[in-house]
Amino acid sequence: MQEPAITTDLIEAHGLKPDEYNLILEIIGREPTFTELGIFSAMWNEHCSYKSSKKWLRTLPTEGPQVICGPGENAGIVDIGDGDAVVFKMESHNHPSYIEPYQGAATGVGGILRDVFTMGARPVAAMNSLSFGEPDHHKTTQLVNGVVEGVGGYGNCFGVPTVGGEVRFHPAYNGNCLVNAFAAGLAKTDSIFYSAASGIGMPVVYLGAKTGRDGVGGATMASAEFDDTIEEKRPTVQVGDPFTEKRLMEATLELMQTGAVISIQDMGAAGLTCSAVEMGDKGKLGVKLNLEDVPQREANMTAYEMMLSESQERMLMVLNPELETEARAVFTKWDLDFAIVGETIAEDRFLILHNGEVKADLPLSPLSGRAPEYDRPWVETPAAEALADVPQIDAIDGLKGLITSPNYAGKQWVYEQYDTTVMGDTAQRPGMGSGVIRVHGTDKKLAFTSDVTPRYVKANPKEGGKQAVAEAFRNLSAVGAKPLATTDNLNFGNPEKPEIMGQFVGAIKGIGEAVAALDMPIVSGNVSLYNETDGSGILPTPTIGAVGLIAAGEEPILGEARDGHVALLIGDTEGHLGQSALLAEVFNREEGDAPHVDLEAERKNGEFIRNNRDWIKACTDLADGGLALAAFEMAEAAGVGVQIDMDDTPTLFGEDQARYLVACNFDQAEALMINAQKAGVSITSVGKFTGDSVKFGSSEASLDELSATFRSSFAAAVA
Amino acid sequence: MKAAVIVFPGSNCDRDLAVAFEQAGADVTMVWHKDTALPEGIDMVGVPGGFSFGDYLRCGAIAANSPICQSLIKHAERGGYALGICNGFQILTETGLLPGALRRNGGLKYICRTVGLEVASADTAFTSGYNKGDVVNVPIAHHDGNYFVTDEKLAQLQDEDRIAFTYTDNPNGSVADIAGVVSKNRRVLGMMPHPERAADTGHGGTDGVAMFRALMDQFATA
Repeated sequence: MQEPAITTDLIEAHGLKPDEYNLILEIIGREPTFTELGIFSAMWNEHCSYKSSKKWLRTLPTEGPQVICGPGENAGIVDIGDGDAVVFKMESHNHPSYIEPYQGAATGVGGILRDVFTMGARPVAAMNSLSFGEPDHHKTTQLVNGVVEGVGGYGNCFGVPTVGGEVRFHPAYNGNCLVNAFAAGLAKTDSIFYSAASGIGMPVVYLGAKTGRDGVGGATMASAEFDDTIEEKRPTVQVGDPFTEKRLMEATLELMQTGAVISIQDMGAAGLTCSAVEMGDKGKLGVKLNLEDVPQREANMTAYEMMLSESQERMLMVLNPELETEARAVFTKWDLDFAIVGETIAEDRFLILHNGEVKADLPLSPLSGRAPEYDRPWVETPAAEALADVPQIDAIDGLKGLITSPNYAGKQWVYEQYDTTVMGDTAQRPGMGSGVIRVHGTDKKLAFTSDVTPRYVKANPKEGGKQAVAEAFRNLSAVGAKPLATTDNLNFGNPEKPEIMGQFVGAIKGIGEAVAALDMPIVSGNVSLYNETDGSGILPTPTIGAVGLIAAGEEPILGEARDGHVALLIGDTEGHLGQSALLAEVFNREEGDAPHVDLEAERKNGEFIRNNRDWIKACTDLADGGLALAAFEMAEAAGVGVQIDMDDTPTLFGEDQARYLVACNFDQAEALMINAQKAGVSITSVGKFTGDSVKFGSSEASLDELSATFRSSFAAAVA
Repeated sequence: MKAAVIVFPGSNCDRDLAVAFEQAGADVTMVWHKDTALPEGIDMVGVPGGFSFGDYLRCGAIAANSPICQSLIKHAERGGYALGICNGFQILTETGLLPGALRRNGGLKYICRTVGLEVASADTAFTSGYNKGDVVNVPIAHHDGNYFVTDEKLAQLQDEDRIAFTYTDNPNGSVADIAGVVSKNRRVLGMMPHPERAADTGHGGTDGVAMFRALMDQFATA
């Protein structure tokens, strides 16, 4: 088939800037073929090359004694003792989900699960962080329904429990929703698989589903802003098949046990191109592929299409040729394709043949090694203006203002569409703080949380970045888990705008400072830029996914408040209302500075909670909505009333950081008071759990009535 | 008790069911769907939850035609015991071992939550550990759990006391709130809720334990 001529329009349509194209000419010393242009575009788009973000990502702390593998592989790996490791990552599927919500979200889940089992880990927990436009926007209902069904449709069939997540609404996401999917798996530390190829002349094997034309150019689409041609981009969204993914996972894990796998890489963004280059580059080898051997779902596919297809549920591996028979038998058992499609070669060369014809012949290492890297100009986000007076509000009215908003209403409508208990190890389901699962067959538990407050990040990127990490730290500590490590999913607007780049730089600085101070290194992550539509960007949303460990013999803090329990507030309260949930939801004002994060206090208070777990019956961190919302949520979950002594607005709704609300018996409260004094931790008795109403000072409402509102507002807004 | 748990390529509760049987003291063998025969001496066949063949068509329809299911049917016809949970229940209706069909949930959404189940009949090997009228809490997790039978068939099920469990607050639109039914010889139970997810204090409660214990007792005394 005749390939099209390389024209300026064609180059531009591949998302390559003129100087990027000139760099290609310099590297190969000639005009690229059409297939080669496609390969460069796939490797050099923002999504795959991190060209705008790399400089800053390098500044993040990624090491620690617990870290087995940091960023750069399919997922991060952290040691959890006894030869066990947790493997995890979070990744965005924002652009595809906006175009085709069900499949976009589904394949986002599929992609992240594949990243985890590619490394030899069986996925055991999933989360998702979703951001949508305002509920009244004409796209929102369709997006929420489609995305939630897509997440559930894939994860439920695959058979991984979804144990946590977030859902938020804000007009800034009207034109770009965010779908950030997290997955974690368990592996043995002596049985982890990496992507670096080794050995010359080793067979390169294609595994899994067949290649079709779906998703051709997807990574390039995901690296561009949207405009009114968005509907035309629908064919670039992939279609997911969780049943095939489930078989691929079982087959891959079984294959790994045969000893046949030298290295392995899943086919995600930019499919065959990216996975083959990755394996060759990491192993300092070349790769030769014969495309006619690629299992194909459609007739007459071209080299270009096969190299850029983003068909799902596929893997590439370098095979130990002595075990080919055993390896093939595993894939035959699971009715999946197994095809030798090429070999590793000694030269630094990426050679693509199709029916004997050379379609691409490129030096391999420059495809990733010489990808453009930009030091984008950026401007510091200006300091927020001081917050004008906030009037006092009746505390129950304030609470109602929060829980009638889908942002702070109960999320049952969402998480009841996810299988939260499959695999038989879920110790805490979504709904209250971190999700907790047991490490199968042991007494150890892992806790998972996903956090960010985009309003804060917009007002003050650095403090907002710190806060996202601090909140994750608190959510893990509140269930008694020691925070281990972090994955970051950085969603921002167009990095070519200095103010957007300034948000990115500020957030990275804050995240870096916080993960260093709280000993939660970044072990994996993903950057999603160009989340803009017609020039209007999203709120900066650096989602933090974090994992904590509850060691064998340690009790998690998973109890509920009981009638008669004392309510204790840990941490200092100043009543910071800037950028608070109350201000945004009730007064419709997004004003003031974000709360500042004292990382030393975070660390001290988190350790206090964990060290005093035996005295604590129930615990939650204080975040959006402050003391009022935390007290209500704790009471609501337990079905018992609560009386908080204070009723002034800043004390109840202020969002000062490093705070927790604890419920315990009177005797235990005394012990906690003494221990807090010794530890230099501020602790205050703020009321008690009792009766069947929610009472702040003299303002009171029935728990049943509030609970009904809390549980129905989300569905009322989006269903 | 010697139990076999069938593994279809898309089963995802096979391990969970095996763990619940083992915790009750059973000896469990996993059986691959392409096998043509169950192992010798099996007392109980577990048909686990999941998405046997992706369930892109009618849930359980392809699984019901798999080689191992022919052996399962023979096992049941010989008077053998079988327990189908969730997708397993769907498969058992597709094989004809149990009456009725499971349609899409009334609300059209997948539902995962813990529900109240009333023990409608304690007169089965599966439910003899409960008292009739007991309410137990067991998780559900399904998209197609809306049980349907004709009026005539329903009357027969009621007359023959074959409704094992009913929902206290019907989540999916099932006819007569039915959550689980047994075969005419009372040896095959299909149910949408997951008792194997309620068989451990560390995970989802223990209201399902009585079912697995009762089965063990049945075979200990048999």
